[in-house]
Amino acid sequence: MKIGVFICHCGENIGRTVDCPRVAKACEWLPGVEVSLDYKYMCSDPGQNMIKDEIRKKKLDAIVVGSCSPHMHEKTFRKAAVDAGINPFLVEIANLREHCSWVHDDIDSATDKAIDLVRMAVEKVKRNVPLTTIEVPVTKRTLVIGGGIAGIQAALDVANAGYEVVLVEKEPSIGGHMSQLSETFPTLDCSQCILTPRMVEVYQHPRIKLMTYSEVEKVEGFIGNFTVTIRKKARHIDEDKCTGCGLCITKCPTKKKAFNSFEEDLAYRPAVYVPFPQAVPNIPVIDETVCMYYKNGKCGMCVKVCGREAIDFNQQDKIVTEEIGAIIVATGYKLYKIDKKPDDSPIKGYGEYGYGKFKDVVDGLQFERIASASGPTSGEFKRPSDGKEPKKIVFIQCVGSRDESKGFSYCSKICCMYTAKHAMLYKHKVHDGEAYVFYMDIRSGGKMYDEFVRRAIEEDGVKYIRGRVSRIFEKDGKYIVRGEDTIAGMPVEIDADMVVLATAMIAQQDASELAQTIGIPYDKYGFYNEAHPKLRPIESTTGGVFLAGACQSPKDIPESVAMASAAAAKALVLFGSDKLEREPVVAYVNESLCAGCFACKKVCPYGAVEVKELKDRNGVVYREVAYVNTGLCQGCGTCTATCPSKSVELAGFNNEEIFAQIAAL
Amino acid sequence: MKEQNWEPKIVAFVCNWCTYTGADLAGTSRLKYPTNVKLIRVMCSGGIDPVFILKAFERGADGILVSGCHPNDCHYNAGNFHARRRWTFFHELLDYLGIDKDRLQFSWVSASEGKKFVDVVSKVVNDVKAMGPFKGYEQLNKEFMTEFPDVSGVNNDVIIKEGEAV
Repeated sequence: MKIGVFICHCGENIGRTVDCPRVAKACEWLPGVEVSLDYKYMCSDPGQNMIKDEIRKKKLDAIVVGSCSPHMHEKTFRKAAVDAGINPFLVEIANLREHCSWVHDDIDSATDKAIDLVRMAVEKVKRNVPLTTIEVPVTKRTLVIGGGIAGIQAALDVANAGYEVVLVEKEPSIGGHMSQLSETFPTLDCSQCILTPRMVEVYQHPRIKLMTYSEVEKVEGFIGNFTVTIRKKARHIDEDKCTGCGLCITKCPTKKKAFNSFEEDLAYRPAVYVPFPQAVPNIPVIDETVCMYYKNGKCGMCVKVCGREAIDFNQQDKIVTEEIGAIIVATGYKLYKIDKKPDDSPIKGYGEYGYGKFKDVVDGLQFERIASASGPTSGEFKRPSDGKEPKKIVFIQCVGSRDESKGFSYCSKICCMYTAKHAMLYKHKVHDGEAYVFYMDIRSGGKMYDEFVRRAIEEDGVKYIRGRVSRIFEKDGKYIVRGEDTIAGMPVEIDADMVVLATAMIAQQDASELAQTIGIPYDKYGFYNEAHPKLRPIESTTGGVFLAGACQSPKDIPESVAMASAAAAKALVLFGSDKLEREPVVAYVNESLCAGCFACKKVCPYGAVEVKELKDRNGVVYREVAYVNTGLCQGCGTCTATCPSKSVELAGFNNEEIFAQIAAL
Repeated sequence: MKEQNWEPKIVAFVCNWCTYTGADLAGTSRLKYPTNVKLIRVMCSGGIDPVFILKAFERGADGILVSGCHPNDCHYNAGNFHARRRWTFFHELLDYLGIDKDRLQFSWVSASEGKKFVDVVSKVVNDVKAMGPFKGYEQLNKEFMTEFPDVSGVNNDVIIKEGEAV
């Protein structure tokens, strides 16, 4: 094998502390080295041309470049090698800059070390095997999980670009939390008015397959080639026959059997229901837990009234599999319900605020429903306990957020804004009412956001008190809110008619389970992790899985929409080519050595190791060996170190190559 | 070589994503550390075979550093957990073999911890300097040779090839 060694001075960067000509001269004598040269700037065009010329002239088989970090210019030199006709994986970089010249002062010892580093690289490159980049096909279909505003936006963007989308939503209707909101900050336009056209667009889009009341059960495969199993829960209503007339809902005798979760438990619903009048699709669901038919086999009123014979009590869950290329996760958030804390929760709760005990202590989403024109009070401010108009409302911010001792340490980001909005909406309708806000800091970063909060304070006369509330208790029909005004430096007590808690935005209850199903990492709060906090905020660390909206961290609507469009763009980037190319640094199995213990299968973080049956000519299985799915393998090499018979090797970093490097020390 | 001029040979097995990049950062930040250490890049700390360590000791390394991403920061999600479990065992085995445990050190160095990389490397170099050159393997070889005289012509210096029992 003929090897060329090229030592770069990197101007003065390497040359100052490493005697490059001496390195080049010393490397001339290494076994296998045909030519060893040094040059001022190897990555420049003349430098690269020198490499190419030498490869052609001396008919070199492999090259070693002593230069900067491989993270910097490995690609450059690989390209030069390919241009001159040798395999890009027969190029090794000896890191003489970051790992030698820049970190050492003494020229003699630094030069000695540089020679050692080049020698190690030469020994490795001798054993390198030519590799070819791996190509995998791409299925140009997208799965969007979650039909809130982020999921809707992502689905529409991908579908409008000309690709098919499967949109899976857990609830009977798409729309998410945004459909529950009354009005949106900072413009105070009606949430449903801007959202419902989008929902209808999704429903009518020829390239969007909408699957509501469905959940993702299993995700197999890898980027560009996922197979997703979806459970379509039984609605007990035939979607093809139902016209959405709603007669079954009005005739159902179980009027007040269950809390309406869309109305945040402020109202009731019958056993057969649509979450809200503008639901998409407008097809009801029968709730087995409260339906009389499932209790005693009687009733069946809905069957009698349905002219389309759409009711089907025997309907079962359906399992559907879809071939998918990219997955956009947009599962959103939920509000921290401070009365119902799970047993394993580290959160100590806020029992002193009386949420769940006092009927007029509500959370942000409940207040949205009270303020909403389509809500249980038709947009009139009536308190839940007696339906009277509250004349004094206290809003408490940061309930659960930014509170390490009792809640979560992060900021929920939207509460400052929506509290200002709530107070403003209240003051607009109840002119003689008083609104107080207890806050820690006002965080209103965003276009027109701070102006909005100032407007609440200056124009609408909302009284902001900086401080925390220690306790809420009932006295003479009033809720006494006892807190502290840290600016005045004195305790305050307000006798309120109603209290609104801006509770923290938290990850969905099943966020971690879904993450494990898809195979994406999540943080200690259950929010999904992005691949890089600054430069790759949309991608998850798993190839082909992108994140949108509040499932990644608390977000407001514009941010969620922006992120959803970005995720759609990322999916489209993937669909831009028919084949995916990736580095061939993957594990491979020497089947003749493999004993079939499958220790590698157990340690593989990607489930890339599969069982392969070796058959004789009669088709009888005589041995089982490990097989690495190169599409799934990411090339960590954990299997190679685990394998007791050393029959799994990582291409580009195999044992022989590493032993050679060690031996060259 | 005279004892006072002796400089230890240190090999560092580092993962491509965190520690190698952290070492790059040490360079770009122009931090200084002794020249004794030479890095061998692997993709993940989970892919470092204990045999690599033994081989390095056999080939004259006086100290070895193994470093990867912090737990939960692994580029491959879980590779460093496998590494951690493996090293916990191997460290004890090393002791059993009669090799001073402090010659093999582990650390987590992230891509942003150039300073920590320098500290870790300097510590290993100083520790190994204090311990003196590693002669364990030579001694073992000698004992082995006297107990079983060289009749088969086996050369113990040959690099172990792929697939050979170690």
